[in-house]
Amino acid sequence: MIDAFLEATIRWATPFALAALGECVSERAGVINIGLEGSIIAGALGATIGAGVFGPTVGFAAGALSGVLIATFFGVFAVALRSDQIITGTAITMFSLGATGTLYRLIYGAAGVSLSTPTTGVFAVPVLSSIPVIGLALFVQPPITYVLYFAIAGVAWWLSRTQAGLALRAVGERPEAAAAAGVNVRRVQFGAVVFAGAMAGLAGATLVLAQAGTFVENMSAGRGFIAIAIVVLGRWRPLGVAAASLLFGAAYTLQNLFQSLGLAGVPYNLFLAVPYVLTLIVLSLSRSGTSSPAALGQKEIVSR
Amino acid sequence: MVGGADATQPALSLVGITRRFGCVTALDDATMHVQPGTVHALLGENGAGKTTLMRVAFGLVQPDAGAIVRSGQTLRFASPSAALAAGMGMVHQHFTLVPAMTVAENVALGGRGRFSLKEWAARVHEIGARTGLVLDPLARVSELSVGAQQRCEIVKALARDVRVLILDEPTAVLAPSEAQELLRWVKHFALAGHAVVLITHKLRDALAVAANVTVLRLGKSVLNAAVSDTNEAQLAAAMLGSAPLQGTGVLKNETAVEDLVAPINASAPLVGVSLAAITAPVSLSDAINGTGRLKREPGRVVLRLNNATVRDKQNVVRVNRASLEVHAGEIVGVAAVEGAGQRELLRLLSGRLVQSDGDVQLPAHIGFVPEDRHNDAMLLDRSLVENVALRDAGSREGRMPWDALQRATRTILNELQVRAGGADVEARTLSGGNQQKLILGRELALQPEALVIENPTRGLDFRAAGAVVDALRTARAGGTAVVVYSSDLDEVLSLADRVVVMHAGQLSDVAADREIIGRAMLGA
Amino acid sequence: MTLPSVTGETIVTPAQGRGASIRVSTIVGGLLRALVLALVAVVLLVVLLTITGQRTGDALIALVNGAVGSWYAITSATLVRAVPLALAGLAVSLAFRAGILNIGAEGQLLAGAAAATFASLAAPQLGVFVIPLLLAAGCVAGAAWAGIAAFLRQKLGVLEVISTIMLNYVAFHTVGYLVRGPLQESTHVFPQSFNIDPRAQLPLIIPGTRLHLGFALAVVIGIALWWWLRDRAGGFRLRAVGANARAAASAGRIDVARTTTVAFLASGAIAGLAGAAQLSGVTYSLYETISPGYGYTAIAVALLARLNPLGVLGAAVMFGALEAGANAMQRDAGVPEVLVSVVEALLILLVLAADRWRTRSVRMAEAST
Repeated sequence: MIDAFLEATIRWATPFALAALGECVSERAGVINIGLEGSIIAGALGATIGAGVFGPTVGFAAGALSGVLIATFFGVFAVALRSDQIITGTAITMFSLGATGTLYRLIYGAAGVSLSTPTTGVFAVPVLSSIPVIGLALFVQPPITYVLYFAIAGVAWWLSRTQAGLALRAVGERPEAAAAAGVNVRRVQFGAVVFAGAMAGLAGATLVLAQAGTFVENMSAGRGFIAIAIVVLGRWRPLGVAAASLLFGAAYTLQNLFQSLGLAGVPYNLFLAVPYVLTLIVLSLSRSGTSSPAALGQKEIVSR
Repeated sequence: MVGGADATQPALSLVGITRRFGCVTALDDATMHVQPGTVHALLGENGAGKTTLMRVAFGLVQPDAGAIVRSGQTLRFASPSAALAAGMGMVHQHFTLVPAMTVAENVALGGRGRFSLKEWAARVHEIGARTGLVLDPLARVSELSVGAQQRCEIVKALARDVRVLILDEPTAVLAPSEAQELLRWVKHFALAGHAVVLITHKLRDALAVAANVTVLRLGKSVLNAAVSDTNEAQLAAAMLGSAPLQGTGVLKNETAVEDLVAPINASAPLVGVSLAAITAPVSLSDAINGTGRLKREPGRVVLRLNNATVRDKQNVVRVNRASLEVHAGEIVGVAAVEGAGQRELLRLLSGRLVQSDGDVQLPAHIGFVPEDRHNDAMLLDRSLVENVALRDAGSREGRMPWDALQRATRTILNELQVRAGGADVEARTLSGGNQQKLILGRELALQPEALVIENPTRGLDFRAAGAVVDALRTARAGGTAVVVYSSDLDEVLSLADRVVVMHAGQLSDVAADREIIGRAMLGA
Repeated sequence: MTLPSVTGETIVTPAQGRGASIRVSTIVGGLLRALVLALVAVVLLVVLLTITGQRTGDALIALVNGAVGSWYAITSATLVRAVPLALAGLAVSLAFRAGILNIGAEGQLLAGAAAATFASLAAPQLGVFVIPLLLAAGCVAGAAWAGIAAFLRQKLGVLEVISTIMLNYVAFHTVGYLVRGPLQESTHVFPQSFNIDPRAQLPLIIPGTRLHLGFALAVVIGIALWWWLRDRAGGFRLRAVGANARAAASAGRIDVARTTTVAFLASGAIAGLAGAAQLSGVTYSLYETISPGYGYTAIAVALLARLNPLGVLGAAVMFGALEAGANAMQRDAGVPEVLVSVVEALLILLVLAADRWRTRSVRMAEAST
């Protein structure tokens, strides 16, 4: 029972963790990307198209690419032109939701035609999956989840053990200092934004190819915004972010559980509101204080 | 003309550097040659282009014309990384350290490949042993003293095997004894074969350690000489151009400069008192109010602190049981090294911060001019009128009297000779000096009972600084209680009637003696 | 997390100087700008239509007809659609002007609509006086919904961007519950509320059309806000806080917390009013999708109007025309209506870019020290 719950939690948590990990890197570089939601939905549509033609693996790649496309758009305005990050991000999300909705209707016809994509099955890692309790939960997952594990470890290592990671962290704390040390601040920030876009795109692809098996307009349902809250809860650390994602994975698992149990008297619609209320609670309780990158959201690099 | 008998190749030459920013020419055909193994002083008043010239040398700014020659090779520094690669190092006036990171991380920043904290910690130790600049590599920069932070900046440069080290106003933020120590180190470092460029406006410091000197004025290099071939008077004249207007305030307590400007009582150790008598009060308030000067009884206490304590958001004590009385018609100077709690003290005195403990008695209207104009005192994208309207906007009710505010703004512009395209232009378009004058004019309008001001002339050119000093003295003459803080001790001494010292949150009265004050700033 | 609030650099109206008299040049400038934006919107639309292989000519004809092709189109398609956009746009611009990024107009609108639905139940007792009641209920509900985010922001430092977006989803699902539960129509089949009492319906201001009292409300509120911001100390305080909260506190000794909270609540109230007006003026019944994204479009409206209340009214009409046209485009030429939101988003980005360009050239002209 517990292992099934854990397994479902991790499965649901995966897209959150992917998007949040990307946003974590972006925010460590000082860029808050409200357009993440746009990258997720773009990734979902891109994956749908890619998988429809070439199969799931290409679907994931197409998803990542679509996410990158949207993120690049965001980067041009927020990093290169130094527009206000939040307004730009909101506009990008509006754009992406509208564009994916339009494209979806044009390509697949009006609503009513049911679309289904091939999904990746689960893959059981030999040996590891036999470990009691956690073996089932951690190591019998769709392949994308294993990609996530590597990504978490990779990002954690990269941030603390490489000069490039050090430079990125400095850019997010005090870009003037990084610039004076010879770091190309814009390039670092742009790279971080693109990485976040790729991860968010993968998250969108996961929604389609490892969960729903279809594309629905606005199916991202605010996960991009929730990912931003996850970064706060996870204190801008890769491992913290991964753990925080589990919380939301659990919330979705419980939501499905209650739905299928058909708890009488509790309205279905209110259950749907749970993840969002949870986000509010999470944000209220995590006083970020001094953990956030000091230059997060900063527009101008003040050179004195 | 560069000193040195043999024609050794300069370690660094800047030839004919020109740079414009919009319609302002920051550098105009500036030239200087720095010899290896020497300290080269770069002098000039604020706004002369010293920092800009060195930022060109360091690759932070691209010149419109001119060449950078490093050991015989003409180079283009497209970015700081290119300059760093060529052996240039720069210690900036405003520290470019990441406060949240450790010393080792800051020193390591900018490299390639892997990063190992242990490795870099060892490096920091090694540099410390070699040069005497000792630091704890694992200490967080935000927890270091100002002097230690500066050491960290220098170590950062040294870790790159620097051949030409540029120091931008390094003594500006140091207590007198720390400054002396630094200058000794600089001399020693140059003797070891490196080239050092010392940007400063302090003639004394420059003459003490430098072998050669370049003077910039309005972007032009007006004087290049060996120190042995020149003197204070000549340098001061080169810095300031023709004799400045008589009676205007003096920028710093540089005795040599003052000799040129106005006859003073040169034997007085604390010059401020006698200088105050020179300037004829300009009735700024008359013009604004249309009323005569308010007669206040001298000696009446306007600001009073009684064992006041201030704690910051992390509950750390910043001001510890401070007691102070500031009287009408006096200027009290606060001497402190940055971070000693004077920031919180000033905000407490001006009513912008509430005490955590103790008694504070303040009048209702207190003028406040903070050091960070852009962020704390101005609306850059709004008009000058709207900026003036900001004053006491918190307690205003009903209609906004725009017509009266227009008139008041124009009066301020006239009285303080603020150069602006009218009262409706955006505040952003004014130069730093004019912005400061506008803010000061705003705060002094309506003759407040008290004025608190932080680093009043930082970044201002000579004339603007003079106008600011004048305005402060006028305010004092009109009965306003003035509290001044400057990280530059000389400025405090030139302005203040009496001095108090802040050290680690403790406020204490001190005798008006530079030595004693200098020591007290460091806690001795 | 302390994020600098919108500094106002890119979107606040340019320095207004004395702020006392209306200069002709400002009005002409504003109109010219609106014209340019409208043209750009059309160009973008044409480009998008062509790229996506639509029948561009037919689509454009349908668009124009649907928006301004007849008296009915103007009053009952364009202007009616303009009302929620204007009110929500005023709400958003007021908040943005104070440096509050209220992305929650959508949720506040829904809260207002829901409250108005409840209030309409008092029609039998109050007769026609139920209308002021339900409008007031809409305001109160919108303010309360915004108040949640305001409280979280002020007391717990929660980024209002995220909290208001989350509250949008919560509002949506709450309405979803209400219309399937307590408020559901009598046959219990459709996810929508009962039809409100005819006495609770907003009167029409032009008989023979669908243009209701909400339009007049929007115009009045727009003018009132414009006057208040320009002429009153409270309005100046709000603008100062939005321009630079630190300076407002330090130099202006303004109570920033109070100013921003009041602005946030007022913003929510106006958005709630938009929902109430939409319910009692157009739909006459509550359902989840009563707002097809008005709260988000309102952001575009506000930004394009550079946060100027009068500009918001104009921009709302323009967007109303665009959406009325889009509706006709889908109906008559088969073009997905959602294409228009792409145009709207692109317009925001273009305005942002143009503003950056403008500030850049101002910076170049500054002294370097």
